[in-house]
Amino acid sequence: MGIITFNNVSYTYNAGTEDAVSAVKGVSFEINEGEFVALAGHNGSGKSTLAKLANGLLLPRKGRVTVDGIDTFDKKRIFDVRRTAGVVFQNPDNQMVASIIEDDVAFGPENIGLAPREIRARVDWALDAVGMRAYAKATPFRLSGGQKQRVAIAGVLALKPRVMILDESTAMLDPIGREEVMTVIKKLNRDENVTIVLITHFMEEAAQADRIIVLNDGKIALSGGREIFSRADELAAIGLDVPLPSRIARRLQENGLELPDGIVTQDDLINALEVCAKKCP
Amino acid sequence: MRDISFGQYYAAESVVHRLDPRLKLILTIAYMVLVFFIQTFFGFGILFVFVLAVTFSARIPPLRLLRSLRTILILLLFTISITLLFYHNSAETPIAEWWIFSFYRSGFINSGLLACRLVLLIIGPTLLTLTTTPVSLTDAIESLLKPLSWIKIPVHAFAMIMSIALRLIPTLSEETHKIIAAQKARGANFDSRNPFKRAKALIPILIPLFVSSFRRADELAYAMDSRCYKGAKGRTRMKVMRFAWRDLFAFLVFGALFFGILLLRYNWWNWDWVRLITQW
Ligand SMILES: Nc1ncnc2c1ncn2[C@@H]1O[C@H](COP(=O)(O)OP(=O)(O)O)[C@@H](O)[C@H]1O
Ligand SMILES: [Mg+2]
Repeated sequence: MGIITFNNVSYTYNAGTEDAVSAVKGVSFEINEGEFVALAGHNGSGKSTLAKLANGLLLPRKGRVTVDGIDTFDKKRIFDVRRTAGVVFQNPDNQMVASIIEDDVAFGPENIGLAPREIRARVDWALDAVGMRAYAKATPFRLSGGQKQRVAIAGVLALKPRVMILDESTAMLDPIGREEVMTVIKKLNRDENVTIVLITHFMEEAAQADRIIVLNDGKIALSGGREIFSRADELAAIGLDVPLPSRIARRLQENGLELPDGIVTQDDLINALEVCAKKCP
Repeated sequence: MRDISFGQYYAAESVVHRLDPRLKLILTIAYMVLVFFIQTFFGFGILFVFVLAVTFSARIPPLRLLRSLRTILILLLFTISITLLFYHNSAETPIAEWWIFSFYRSGFINSGLLACRLVLLIIGPTLLTLTTTPVSLTDAIESLLKPLSWIKIPVHAFAMIMSIALRLIPTLSEETHKIIAAQKARGANFDSRNPFKRAKALIPILIPLFVSSFRRADELAYAMDSRCYKGAKGRTRMKVMRFAWRDLFAFLVFGALFFGILLLRYNWWNWDWVRLITQW
């Protein structure tokens, strides 16, 4: 069984009132330990709702969510759920509770009642993992967006979660900040075997995942590996753009160039063109 | 821009900075009580020496300390002149006269004592806030008030609210500046002479600020839940405040000062030298 499973889950905000919004509609999927999954979809497609359902911040109106086999309805074990699956949100300014970076990172471990020495060790380790150890005693106020978001990641990481869900955690950052955060999460996935669920509407970012789930209007519209980017028409129909390298590759294919399918990143395109250039001088 | 949530904290490596904030808080309160016990220039002199010693060992530039007195300058001048002009014993004869005012010896002495008292009263808490961050002060208050939680007063919740407020002050002030700039760009006028217009101009700042504060609060609550926050129950702290030798040392030094000042005041054993020096 996957570390996170959604079984026919639905969620409605303000259910029973006239403002009812059905945000997630009968979604089922499974995320396996160690995977790097991207969850894509345009604004309002239900991504954030899904993230909050995944660690019991919201409870399904219908269906079941389990985390490491624990049902999120299980009140007694809700903190086990949250320790297993941590969420990093979009705005780093709205996730920090303390005025000093190391105190902020310590917040999670303090909440679960670890011994002071263990907390210290985890804080140092988490700050090291995101490359922010040098700022431990600084205030978050003067940091760049990317640095703040790395501190927010460290704050979740200090709980040693097995799954980290990043809800558009790069959306407010400049390209450099985005790159910083992507590097950190790929490293966590590779070196610490943290399962990553990356929620994003940047297709270039989604393309870096092992598997992509595309959400539209609260339902799963597409899912699969990077080959889904070849289904440009379907993506366009639900308001998502295909990464530029994929579009270029497609146009070149249409014009008779022999390129492989599944070109998503710039590197893919460059490599494919090089191979192609050698074949047909 | 300065980080306002640090108040007037003066970052430096010193023994005073490293003292247990709880001790510093208690000693500051004791110090302020002490100020009221002093009634002689000699006593104030001792306290001034003590304050200077603390300032130097905390590596705080004395100018920083003087700056904190600016805020009470007017109050100081006012009380000094009132005392100087109107205070005298009924049997006293004036030592100087000017226009319609008469000056008395006791008026001079009392206004001098009052000035010393006011200045020393302000300096105490200033030294505390110069050497202690608001965050550690909050922690200290939480730790000192912990007994109150036995009678169901939510001490931890108050301390948490306090530290989150401290954390959000710079964020919100930054946001306020952004909103002001945005409203100015749309032609809002904040510089009108008319106080009603000025008050009205605040509305388009306050409303977006409120809305975004509520949104922030909502998101922060999710983020805290997600990081397993469940109140004081079962919560531990990374930084444990522990009594160190330097704290004992500070306590003893201050204890000696406290005792000395009270001895000067009450002279329990009727020592002659005490009577001699307290004459001035
Ligand atoms: N707190 C809320 N109350 C009411 N409706 C909400 C709330 N949060 C989100 N929604 C609605 O639920 C739908 C899905 O939102 P969300 O999960 O935030 O999507 P996404 O993160 O993909 O942008 C949207 O239509 C949104 O308006
Ligand atoms: Mg969202």
